[in-house]
Amino acid sequence: MRKNKLGVVSKIYLALIFLFLYIPIGVMIFMSFNSGRNVTVWKGFSLKWYDALFKSKELMSALGNTLLIAVLASLLATVLGTAAAIGIQNFKNKPRAVIQNISNLPIISPDIVMGVSLMLLFSFLGVLFHFQMGFVTVLLSHICFCVPFVVLNVTPRLRRMDRNIYDAALDLGCNQWQAFYKVVLHELSPGIFSGMLISFTYSMDDVVITHFTRGVKFHNLSTRIFEMLRKEVRPTVNALSALLFVTILLILVLINVYERRAEKRAAKR
Amino acid sequence: MKSKKLSIPYILWMLVFTMIPIVMIGLTAFRDKSGAFSPEPMMKAFGTEYRGVLLHSLWIALLSTAICLLLAYPVAYLLTRMKPSTQNTVQLIIMIPMWMNFLLRIYAWKILLQKDGALDMALSLLGIHGTYIGNTAAVVVGMVYEYLPFMVLPIFTVMSKIDGNLIEAAQDLGSNDFAVFRKVIFPLSIPGVISGITMVFVPSASTFLVAEHLGGIDDKMIGDVIDQIFLTDQNVGSALSMILMILILVFLIIMNLFGDEEAIA
Repeated sequence: MRKNKLGVVSKIYLALIFLFLYIPIGVMIFMSFNSGRNVTVWKGFSLKWYDALFKSKELMSALGNTLLIAVLASLLATVLGTAAAIGIQNFKNKPRAVIQNISNLPIISPDIVMGVSLMLLFSFLGVLFHFQMGFVTVLLSHICFCVPFVVLNVTPRLRRMDRNIYDAALDLGCNQWQAFYKVVLHELSPGIFSGMLISFTYSMDDVVITHFTRGVKFHNLSTRIFEMLRKEVRPTVNALSALLFVTILLILVLINVYERRAEKRAAKR
Repeated sequence: MKSKKLSIPYILWMLVFTMIPIVMIGLTAFRDKSGAFSPEPMMKAFGTEYRGVLLHSLWIALLSTAICLLLAYPVAYLLTRMKPSTQNTVQLIIMIPMWMNFLLRIYAWKILLQKDGALDMALSLLGIHGTYIGNTAAVVVGMVYEYLPFMVLPIFTVMSKIDGNLIEAAQDLGSNDFAVFRKVIFPLSIPGVISGITMVFVPSASTFLVAEHLGGIDDKMIGDVIDQIFLTDQNVGSALSMILMILILVFLIIMNLFGDEEAIA
């Protein structure tokens, strides 16, 4: 396609879209420095809501839970999903299609339906085995919606992989585990990595499924924000959003810069 | 490596955490509170009380999807005409808000649109007064904000894969820019449009909390209703979930007839 310079109209259009995307976030961050209690009326500059945020045990432990769940869910989902993708590949066409379709169900079904259905399952099992919903049920639910993304990311890599290199590794004296570890996992690693990254971000972002499977006592950041928004809103929420936004921005910019450097290095070779 | 064994844990997992929960929703939807078989929850779910909510949800989702498409299509097209490095940056700019928590994005709009909020203040200076929150338009704006990147990315992905030779051929054969767009780029971008529509419509039809925080009393959506009713009546809640699920499946099947499945993944 021809890469000619964009016209003025195009540039204005993109600028308007960017404004639409960033004005709400900008206003929200601006209000986090408000010294008043109200999130709309500006009363002067203050950092007290940041102070309040770091002193809030509720929010800090919720943040800890969010990170813990995201790390565990993405790791476990990656193991389960990678193994599954390799196994599924060995089925014949028809059963493979059936398994893949069932695997995609959590992606296509609405979050709320999945949340509600898992809640039904866990409350039923809870009565049967005398347990209550909490950390474990939230973790299990997060794994549920993460695994399909891992399978979807690993499968294309697996299809492109030359099966002979595994046999070659065996012929050259690797045992099955070494061949698997050194050859197969190495070949699949970009797919595994992007599956894990997607899992992590989905787990961090989830509200609905956590809301239905958390039981009574367990809270993560999403469910705390959920409660705060329903009750009285204080600028602590703004301070929290501002910090999250800056963290995400930094991580994404760093990843982007790193990728570009890698591309440049690859181009030089 | 060549055995199916590695997939056994996941197959068992899907049985317990995907299949059984769906069956449970189905079973709960056809039972009354005592646990006996009864068509009553389904009858209730189809009754007038919820029909309006369901239609309103679909209407909001349709409107949001249409606006997303109108806004996103030019963005995707402009993206294809940029240098690769600019493409990356612009894509990043569009994606960053998506990485914020879903609730915080709604909250951001809530403070922006509130009475005496930033928008109200700015427009008051110009002498315009009005309420911007608590109506269907606010819900649609929130929805568009939540899901716009889901529309931009698939359309851009498909468009950027269009063979440049086709465009050159069209130009050589005397097409001007508009004709190239109408006869080559637009038809070839349809699969992206279809997966974009799917990725926006499905979550916006079933979402909850957006309407609760940005909409008025009449702007209840099916997701909000399912959330509330599950506290008191799991049977009707399951029946509503089943109806929602079936509607979404029907929608996906229709969309699949238009486009090929590959583009969605």
